Amino acid sequence: MSARERVAGQVANYVDERTGSAKWLKKTLTKVFPDHWSFMLGEIVLYSFVILLLSGTFLTFWYDPSMREVEYEGSYQPLSGLKMSAAYASSLHISFDVRGGLLMRQIHHWAALIFMAAMVAHLMRVFFTGAFRKPREFNWIIGVGLLTLGIVEGFLGYSLPDDLLSGTGIRIAEAIIQAIPVVGSYLSFFIFGGAFPGEMFIQRIYVVHILLLPGIFLALITVHLMLVWYQKHTQYPGPGRTEKNVVGYPLMPTYMAKAGGFFFIVFGVTAFLGAVASINPIWIYGPYNPGQIGAGSQPDWYMGWLDGLVRMAPPLEAYIFGYTLSLNILIPGLIIPGIIFTGMALYPFIESWITGDKREHHLLDRPRNAPNRTALGAMSITFMLVTLINGGNDLLATHFDLSINQIMWFSRIGVIVLPPLAFVITKRICLSLQRADRELVLHGRETGRLVMLPHGEFIEVHEPLTPEKAYLLTQHEQLPALEANLSNEYGVKNPKVIRSKIRSRLSRSQAEQIAKPTANDVKELEGGHH
Amino acid sequence: MRFISKYRRHRFAGPLLLLGALLFAALTYSAAQAVTEQATLSQSDKATLIAEGKEIFARGCSSCHGLNAEGAGVGPSLIGVGAASVDFQVATGRMPVADMSQQIARKDPVYNDQEVAALAAYVASLAPGPAAVTNEELAWERDGNMAQGGELFRNNCAMCHNLAGQGGALTQGKYAPTVMGVEVKHIYEAMITGPQAMPVFSETILTPQEKLSIIKWIKHAETEPQLGGAALGRVGPVTEGLVAWLLGLGLLIGVAVWLTAKAR
Repeated sequence: MSARERVAGQVANYVDERTGSAKWLKKTLTKVFPDHWSFMLGEIVLYSFVILLLSGTFLTFWYDPSMREVEYEGSYQPLSGLKMSAAYASSLHISFDVRGGLLMRQIHHWAALIFMAAMVAHLMRVFFTGAFRKPREFNWIIGVGLLTLGIVEGFLGYSLPDDLLSGTGIRIAEAIIQAIPVVGSYLSFFIFGGAFPGEMFIQRIYVVHILLLPGIFLALITVHLMLVWYQKHTQYPGPGRTEKNVVGYPLMPTYMAKAGGFFFIVFGVTAFLGAVASINPIWIYGPYNPGQIGAGSQPDWYMGWLDGLVRMAPPLEAYIFGYTLSLNILIPGLIIPGIIFTGMALYPFIESWITGDKREHHLLDRPRNAPNRTALGAMSITFMLVTLINGGNDLLATHFDLSINQIMWFSRIGVIVLPPLAFVITKRICLSLQRADRELVLHGRETGRLVMLPHGEFIEVHEPLTPEKAYLLTQHEQLPALEANLSNEYGVKNPKVIRSKIRSRLSRSQAEQIAKPTANDVKELEGGHH
Repeated sequence: MRFISKYRRHRFAGPLLLLGALLFAALTYSAAQAVTEQATLSQSDKATLIAEGKEIFARGCSSCHGLNAEGAGVGPSLIGVGAASVDFQVATGRMPVADMSQQIARKDPVYNDQEVAALAAYVASLAPGPAAVTNEELAWERDGNMAQGGELFRNNCAMCHNLAGQGGALTQGKYAPTVMGVEVKHIYEAMITGPQAMPVFSETILTPQEKLSIIKWIKHAETEPQLGGAALGRVGPVTEGLVAWLLGLGLLIGVAVWLTAKAR
């Protein structure tokens, strides 16, 4: 034993005698993580969250969450002497008169955009690989909760500088709140402490932005990670990988180094963007004034789809008992997002109801082997993209010489027509890929080598797959469709016959697959002409 | 010299000297007057300019605006629009128009300054209207107030031209063009004549001094260094989101692929 090892041992012993951590550490440090880039997406979210906490703390040192009117006396000349809120003045102060302030503001904002983008990318990975299946449904719901809160948190942060652009966003939020039937106006008065914009709003959202939501975030992220820890990581299928093991590298030293290094890379990329690319230049927008508005006002991207939905809504209004119901805001601003997020949260349960599969799954699906799910994902992404495009319709119009009205009509029709189209096309692509997999297993890889047989016939030489590859292409299971349960064994009609029929219809669609080759198929082929 | 020394104390010497001095001043003044009049326009030169303008008009504009600028099917009457309107429309290349589909776009001017002045003089001669201005007579650097200009811009202009003056979309493919890179006199003329979809900002809405303030703010925004790094087109969160996804997340996914790649 070298001197160094002896000292390390003594230190470890000292700590263990006082904390009893050795047993826990031994188990923890050897925990295995599977190796795939798509498993790092969640880490990007976690690391950007840490960056947000750190840079955000820096900003709170100078930010003044007050709507008190002040006269600007800072160093940005074009706003000199203007009346503005203390919140906006202090944001300008951070940008121009605090050393490193603008860089920190930009890092904070870029980190927020990347936080949300990585969260969506992580969500797509989990969805398309079926990682949300039993036992991970709760974690999926927590994830949906984090996404929803992330949108709110981002929007509140974007609103804090109280510039003309973000004030416009709050004005729209106020309109959406007011569109809630019956309680809308009361709720708006409650939130703003009176008529818009009031004098309370900034300090209220400040507390929510820096205390309440980050606290909830920390709690939810902790539970999210603890569940990942407890349930073990999922892994992609392959030789040697089963539902009962995890193939990968131990936390210590491999993943400690990879994950630790990755944190600094995430920080580096965020700081790089903060240093070279301007984001939210609030000094150009000017202080918020409810009487002013700018053409081409947009929210941050994660709100863009919502803005796009509201922008494409036809002017529908209903009058009930002398009250106006603003359906043009209510439907796109609240009802559709409500349906989307509820549906997303319930999806694991919906899918297992349709397939009747209540077993645990730790091996991931290749997206092509779950055509309906993959098609549903493509459909949702298409829906979001169309609404996002309409959220930027004014900029698309000016930059690509288009008519804003045409973009709006494209979106109105596209948002209904394109997602189902994406579903059908994606499903067909998945089935084609399954067919290609089957061909590959049965006939091997086409080598492109042509051989002339003695009797003059030309054949192309097919090379058989390696067993590993063949295993990967055939390991998945194909569940049969559930039959509708019309009556029980005594001939008594099932009282839930309609539900059973719907389920059976959905299940048949789910089970529409290209039959994977069986051992018999392979044997038959080998006995045949090949 | 003896003549001067002999009569310098003569009793008429004083009055005569005064008369001489007055005569000299008067002659100098009238001569100078004549020079400036020549520098502007003698009556006949002005007539020549108008005639020249009329000829250019007949050649290049009358097919749409009518032979006497009275308006025809396509183009409106130009009687009373004034020299300012002509200077704005022709010197920014909007007129003569190339494509009338959505709105008349800015392009390289077809006529040179002399020809624009002639056209403006001709149209101004038809009926009184807002006069053209020159860059020199607009003392925006001296009389404008930048902060006030920004506030006025956000109040009056930003709803169409965007908060950063980058331009914005109007209905049916029409648009408010960017105000960046526009000559000072053209900004001013646009405000007093209200070209195309733009309203006229009369002196009761924006005083001349306020117009100069707006110009000062625009000119500052145009030359302001890109604080905070690449401006990303100054169009706000749309490009920012695109950069966050493509550059930010793109780079990070690239790194993740690299970190988890199998050693070969």
